[in-house]
Amino acid sequence: MSTMRTLLAGFGGQGILFAGKVMAYSALKEGKELSWLPSYGPEMRGGTCNCSIVISDKAIGSPQVTAPDVLVAMNRPSLDKFVNAVVPGGIILVDSSTVDVKVERDDVKVFYVPATKLADENGIKGLANIILVGKLFKETNFVSAEMLDAGLQKCIPAKKAAMLDTNRKALEIGMAN
Amino acid sequence: MAEKVLMKGNEALGEAALRAGCRHFFGYPITPQTELSAYLSKNMPKVGGTFLQAESEVAAINMVLGAGATGVRAMTSSSSPGISLKSEGISYLAGSDVPCVIINVQRGGPGLGSIQPSQADYWQATKATGHGDFQLLVFAPSTVQEMADYVSIAFDTAEKYRVPAMILSDGMMGQMMEPVCFPDNAEVKMVEKPWAACGHENKRPHNIVNSLFIEAQELEKIVVERYKRYETIKANEQRAESYLTEDADIVLVAYGASSRVARSAVDAAREMGIKAGLVRPITLWPFPVNALEATVATAKQYLVVEMSMGQMVEDVQLVIGRRKPVSFYGRTGGIIPTPEEVLEQIKKLAGKEA
Repeated sequence: MSTMRTLLAGFGGQGILFAGKVMAYSALKEGKELSWLPSYGPEMRGGTCNCSIVISDKAIGSPQVTAPDVLVAMNRPSLDKFVNAVVPGGIILVDSSTVDVKVERDDVKVFYVPATKLADENGIKGLANIILVGKLFKETNFVSAEMLDAGLQKCIPAKKAAMLDTNRKALEIGMAN
Repeated sequence: MAEKVLMKGNEALGEAALRAGCRHFFGYPITPQTELSAYLSKNMPKVGGTFLQAESEVAAINMVLGAGATGVRAMTSSSSPGISLKSEGISYLAGSDVPCVIINVQRGGPGLGSIQPSQADYWQATKATGHGDFQLLVFAPSTVQEMADYVSIAFDTAEKYRVPAMILSDGMMGQMMEPVCFPDNAEVKMVEKPWAACGHENKRPHNIVNSLFIEAQELEKIVVERYKRYETIKANEQRAESYLTEDADIVLVAYGASSRVARSAVDAAREMGIKAGLVRPITLWPFPVNALEATVATAKQYLVVEMSMGQMVEDVQLVIGRRKPVSFYGRTGGIIPTPEEVLEQIKKLAGKEA
């Protein structure tokens, strides 16, 4: 992997920006170049939220991901909006408990993970985002397991240390699915 | 070596200001620079400094004038419409030779415009930030690390020449996170300011910091002297980065956020066998004439990329003249061009060439 451009998209409140931050800090720990760019415009008021993450071995040009290698879609509007932007040979990761349609492309790899349902069933409500990061890690190995954990630790403030275990559990569930 | 951390560009500007010895910040909220004010409201009191949310942009810039006149490092930040409101005060700062740092995290315009990233304030920053004959030093960082690095450079340069400095950023640079490293124990070089109105204790004649000169001859003399300083700045302070320009047929010119997009497009063009390169102005005033001039002998043509309808392109044309063709591609209103769009332009130009 020389450069991986990821677009995380979903509703506000699903932890899109946080999931992006975990990826970004993991890449930082791995010694990679990276950028994290949130959407902050009026589209956020419409409820959708997205975050561009570029992880690379070399200096990063545009931090805005318009042709993603990886799309993580946590709701239907996001999948509809970005499905055709994914590069041929790219990866689409769908939360199949919140998106009720299938991807109609045969030139990309698609993974359906019922992340929201898995989070609820495992008593880690709200961590569907991290389950999907776990799945993304399993499919791409965008960093080493050790650095993924180090990145997660950087994103959880000391006063919320209890959250570290539930987030680790979410990563494990993602990797197992 | 200090640890690299992830920060938004806006936060990096705030942290860099503290490390540059800035202890006086006056602002008024506006998107997309909010994180900068928020960062300083939290952290400025911890170092015993003054964070003040003024009642308006006009008040904030005049507080910068007052604080700066006493010789302290003062800063304000805003976004496009807010800078327009500050422009009267900025002219007073320039006319009073008070160094300071003004941050513009640009958004779409004109008017209230949009809150998305834009570079449509280039003319305002480099030609006419207010009334009268004057210039600002204008720095255009293109990474979060540069956002951090250029705050102290802006203060140092502003103080060296007694000219206010602007960091011309935009919503993309402000909102994005990248790794940033702040050097351990970096020393702040505070220069002597014998002109500062900071109390004379009856030990010296009192200083007056002022921009009102009723006698036309006196005012002309002061302005002409200031323009001599501008000439020194033009000779000594140009900064630019040249990327793959040595053998480039098509040289792109872009700064800040659009230079990131242009760089991606240059890389993609190179992969297709098109010899593209990029000159990235880091100082917009003084405009990096020398870096551009260095490419004229070898480049066949130029493509200026901006998030505006085309403003910096005129400065590029001033340097290149009729020696080589200069084209322009831009998006405006808050739209960030994609590398693919810019690559299309490069391909078109390369085709024309054949």
